[in-house]
Amino acid sequence: MRHLINITDLTVEEIEELVTLGEAMRARPQDWRETQRGRILGTLFFEPSTRTRLSFESAMLSLGGSVLGFASADSSSTSKGESLQDTIRTVSSYCDIIAMRHPKEGAPIAARMTSNVPVINAGDGGHNHPTQTLTDLMTIRREKGTFEGLTIGLCGDLKFGRTVHSLVLAMSRYAGTRFVFISPPELRLPGYLLEELREKGIPYEEVERMEDVLPQLDILYMTRVQRERFFNEADYVRLKDTYILTPDKLALAGEGLRVLHPLPRVNEISPKVDDDPRAVYFDQVRNGRYIRMALITKLLEENP
Amino acid sequence: MNIDSINRGIVLDHIQAGRSIEIDRALGLRELDCSVAIIRNVRSDAMGKKDIIKIDEDIDIDLDVLGYIDPGITVNIIVDGVITEKKHLSLPKRLKNIVRCKNPRCITTTETALDQEFVLIDPARRVYRCAYCDAELGAGV
Ligand SMILES: [Zn+2]
Repeated sequence: MRHLINITDLTVEEIEELVTLGEAMRARPQDWRETQRGRILGTLFFEPSTRTRLSFESAMLSLGGSVLGFASADSSSTSKGESLQDTIRTVSSYCDIIAMRHPKEGAPIAARMTSNVPVINAGDGGHNHPTQTLTDLMTIRREKGTFEGLTIGLCGDLKFGRTVHSLVLAMSRYAGTRFVFISPPELRLPGYLLEELREKGIPYEEVERMEDVLPQLDILYMTRVQRERFFNEADYVRLKDTYILTPDKLALAGEGLRVLHPLPRVNEISPKVDDDPRAVYFDQVRNGRYIRMALITKLLEENP
Repeated sequence: MNIDSINRGIVLDHIQAGRSIEIDRALGLRELDCSVAIIRNVRSDAMGKKDIIKIDEDIDIDLDVLGYIDPGITVNIIVDGVITEKKHLSLPKRLKNIVRCKNPRCITTTETALDQEFVLIDPARRVYRCAYCDAELGAGV
C-alpha cells in the first residue's frame, strides 16, 4: 500500500510526474471532472485546519469523487477514548483514500499500519506537511520552468517552520540548488538540517537581513515570525521590520524573483506587494488544489 | 573469582567500567534466583578497566538491549565449565520497546498501545531516531 507521510517518500521522478499531471489538470480541468466518480475521500481532521481540509475536499470534488469525514477531534470517536489505529481501521472501510491531520507528530505512521487504503498526511503537528511542499514545488516549477540551478531564499521563522524544513529537504535533491537562510539568530534553521546540507555539499549562507541578498534570489519563501518566538523584546523590536516584505525591498530584487508563502500571512508581506507580478502566493493556493488532485489520482491508481 | 567458577551460564565480558549497574537493571538480573556476580574495575590490557558480569544459569538475554547499552560487550556462553560460544555485539539497527520517546508531542505519548520503535541513523555517533516523530535519541537507557 502506497501512502504519503513525508515529502521524501517520493522520488524526484515521482515528484516530476505529479507536477506534470498537476499542470495538465490545471490546463484542462474539464478532462478530469468525472475520473474519480464513485470514489470517496475521508478527511480525518483530528485538529481543525479549514484551509487544508477545503483544499483536499475541493480536489476530490473536482475529480468527481465524494468526501466524508470530520473537522475536529471532538466530533470524532477519539473523544470517546477510541485509539487512533481503531478509528483508522473503521474509517478505511468507509472510504478509498484518507487525508489526515493530527496534532501529534508521527500520527500518520501509526495510522498507515492499520489502514486498508492510502493515507495522505495533511499535517502532523510541527512535523511534516508534504502536500504543502508539493504545492510549493509545483509553484516553483511552474514559475521557473525547472528545479535545477535555483537560488532559494527562505525568510522568517526557519527554526519551527515545518514547511521550510520540508522544502529544504525537497530542493536539496536537485542539482545546482543554493540556499540563503534569512532569519534572526534565535530562529535559524536547525543544526541537523545545516549539517545535512554540508554533508551533501550544497552551498548555503545564513544572513539576518533580506535587503542584503534579495538581488541574488530566484525564489523568496516567506514565513511568519511570531513575537513569542523571540527571546527578548529588544530583539523583536530591532528585527521585526526586516522580515516584512515591502515594495521598497522588492525593488531591490530582480525581475525573475518569485515570492512564495504557505499562507495564511499576517503582516510579513505588505498587501502593497500583492499586485506585483513577482508575488505568486495566491496562485500557489490554486496549484495546491491541482497538485492534490494529481496526488489523489496517482495514489488511487496505484491502490485500485 | 574467574570464569572457571561457573559451570553452566553466561559471562558478559568487556563491559565498559561502570556500565554493569545499568546492565544489571536493564536485564532484570536482580529478579533471578541463580547467583549473579558483578565484578567492577577489573584490570584489562585493552580497556584499562572493565566490568564483568557472571550469571550462573543459561538465561535468555535480549542482545539488542545489551548492544544498545554497550556494543563492545562480549557474551560468553559457558557449558561444562568451558566457553562454547562467544558472541560479539553490535548496535541494533532497530530498538523495539527498549526505550521510550521523550518528545512530548510524539504520537506514542498519547497512543500508549503503540510499540516504541527507534531506528539507528548514525552508528558512529550512536544516534537513533523515533520511527514515528523522528526525534533523536542519544545512547544510554
Ligand atoms: Zn517519537
